[in-house]
Amino acid sequence: MAIRRILIANRGEIAARVIRTCRALNIETVLAASEADRDSVPARLADRTVCIGPARSSESYLKVETIVQAALGTRSDAIHPGYGFLSERAALARMCESQDVIFIGPTAEQIEAVGDKLRARAAAEAANVPVVPGGAVESIAAAVLEGRRIGAPLLVKAVGGGGGRGMKLVERLEDLPAAVELASAEAGAAFGDARVYLERYISSGRHVEVQVLGDGQGTVVHLGERDCSVQRRYQKLIEETPAPGLTDALRRALHEAATRFAARLSYRGAGTVEFLVDRQTGAFYFLEMNARIQVEHPVTEAVTGIDLVAEQIAIANGSGLRRELANIARTGCAIECRVNAEDPANDFRPSPGVVREVVWPTGEGIRVDTHIQPGSRVPPFYDSLMAKIVAHGADRAAALARLQHAIGATRLHGVASNLSFHAAALADAEFQAGGVDTGFVARLLAERPLMEVATHG
Amino acid sequence: MSLTAADVAEIMKVLEGSGFDEVLLEIDGLKLSMRRGGAGAADGSGGVATLSAAAGTNAAPTSLGTGTSPAPNVRGTGSTAQPTSGGQQSAAAAAALAPAADPAEGPSKTTASTDPTVQDVTSPLLGTCYRAPKPGAPPFVEVGTLVNEDTVVAIVEVMKLMNTVRAGVKGTVTEILMRDGALVEYGEALLRIKKAG
Repeated sequence: MAIRRILIANRGEIAARVIRTCRALNIETVLAASEADRDSVPARLADRTVCIGPARSSESYLKVETIVQAALGTRSDAIHPGYGFLSERAALARMCESQDVIFIGPTAEQIEAVGDKLRARAAAEAANVPVVPGGAVESIAAAVLEGRRIGAPLLVKAVGGGGGRGMKLVERLEDLPAAVELASAEAGAAFGDARVYLERYISSGRHVEVQVLGDGQGTVVHLGERDCSVQRRYQKLIEETPAPGLTDALRRALHEAATRFAARLSYRGAGTVEFLVDRQTGAFYFLEMNARIQVEHPVTEAVTGIDLVAEQIAIANGSGLRRELANIARTGCAIECRVNAEDPANDFRPSPGVVREVVWPTGEGIRVDTHIQPGSRVPPFYDSLMAKIVAHGADRAAALARLQHAIGATRLHGVASNLSFHAAALADAEFQAGGVDTGFVARLLAERPLMEVATHG
Repeated sequence: MSLTAADVAEIMKVLEGSGFDEVLLEIDGLKLSMRRGGAGAADGSGGVATLSAAAGTNAAPTSLGTGTSPAPNVRGTGSTAQPTSGGQQSAAAAAALAPAADPAEGPSKTTASTDPTVQDVTSPLLGTCYRAPKPGAPPFVEVGTLVNEDTVVAIVEVMKLMNTVRAGVKGTVTEILMRDGALVEYGEALLRIKKAG
């Protein structure tokens, strides 16, 4: 079966990104857009746009039946879910399976296996991939016992959570019973799943993740790692590859662990295995697997020359892993900044509105993934990502210099942006040295509490 | 004291910037009610776009949508200015709301009639539309059929779930715009009705 027409069930820069690859592959695109995105850049780029509902995502982008109906009604062969929205909803993959629409992603079963954090932990252990010491707790008494075994400080996490949601830090063991009770109640309300588990808290950790591609038959290749330690409240802001300062042995161990984990699931498509690397001990632990294309995939594309969306489509098409993927060379270094419509001077408050004027950077080694042009609107209903500015260079210093220049050359008026944050972060001595931990942004902001926003207005 | 068009625009601005979803105001016999888009707005982000889209709905009677589907359509979330005495303030309020309507957020690409006595019935959701209750059965309505607000005029199917669409207005069907069994988008016009009276 050949995919000739793809319905894109997403919006923003990733919709534009997927359309670009489809064009290169001569595949027609149908964009499923909400009323608020009907005049967006992706809507203009797509061969056809269908309006799936009102602006609010719960009435449009999150409606499984509507998305599948839109694919059937437009005679699309496949659905690309992008990231976020329905990308990791097993229900969409399952409905696609039953309606003979190709879901460009893993199987419903695989989505479920990695979406349940406890099952994912068990799968990691079974694949001989280290997990953070801890485990499920079914009662307060069990939590106290487990807490004593792990030792403080520790984290209470929601089984249905992820990406920092539903997490509580416990500094002293006597606070554990109350924290477990609260976390469980909150998780029940937020995720419809009250189960929680405990994990040792790593005080200085780096977020390092490995990109994998699987053919669904048990063969998995990795495309190197990405360091995403520059985060604010678990939201990644700057990502780079390779992760600076890792020993070759540690780097190889991470790649192998990720490959082992995905192979054990016979994982199909593109996925990312996230690890926490303890900066003090050099030990690493499995965090979770993301069963979708990641926001930060372009840094991997920059150093490998591989088009990850094209590989996703090829795998979904049943072509498996291309032979070239068996021996991927990675050259140089790539760093990405996420340009968000949020105001660093106001606690990074989202700043929706109309972009009056914008000039994105160009130049050697610069790539900008965006859906924003002069006159584009940033609606208040969705995430605030406007663009990803990616710089590639022969080494980290070269990539960093290009990125700094690119950030400085970007002009954006009409909405506030976090460009000033990026300029400050890239110029910071600790970041320039490389290998910062996930506490970096908090330290940076504490030093410079009121960041000037030269780009405002 | 009465409410001018500028007052209404000002009130809309206040609602936009506030944490509230709804405003009910009664002054000197004029009753004004405004609601943010998506009644009970869950994302709390509300804002200009929704409000203006909703405002545009009632300001331009030709783009009124209707239906009884689970998806709330524009009509259900609109702002309305209801006079309890004298129609003049109401007209002023409508005039104030109209300029705020943003073309980018407006109802579908359908070229709505500019005749205020004509109204389009739009699809409340994306799906397959049917003119008859089952294959072979006579259509719900034809050109010339007299309808009232509750008359079923079409069915929109989403993954085997049938959603009935009602006329929402009293009048005569003047044009059938949908094709039986075709995909209709959210907000797409299905048929046109000449309002009674």
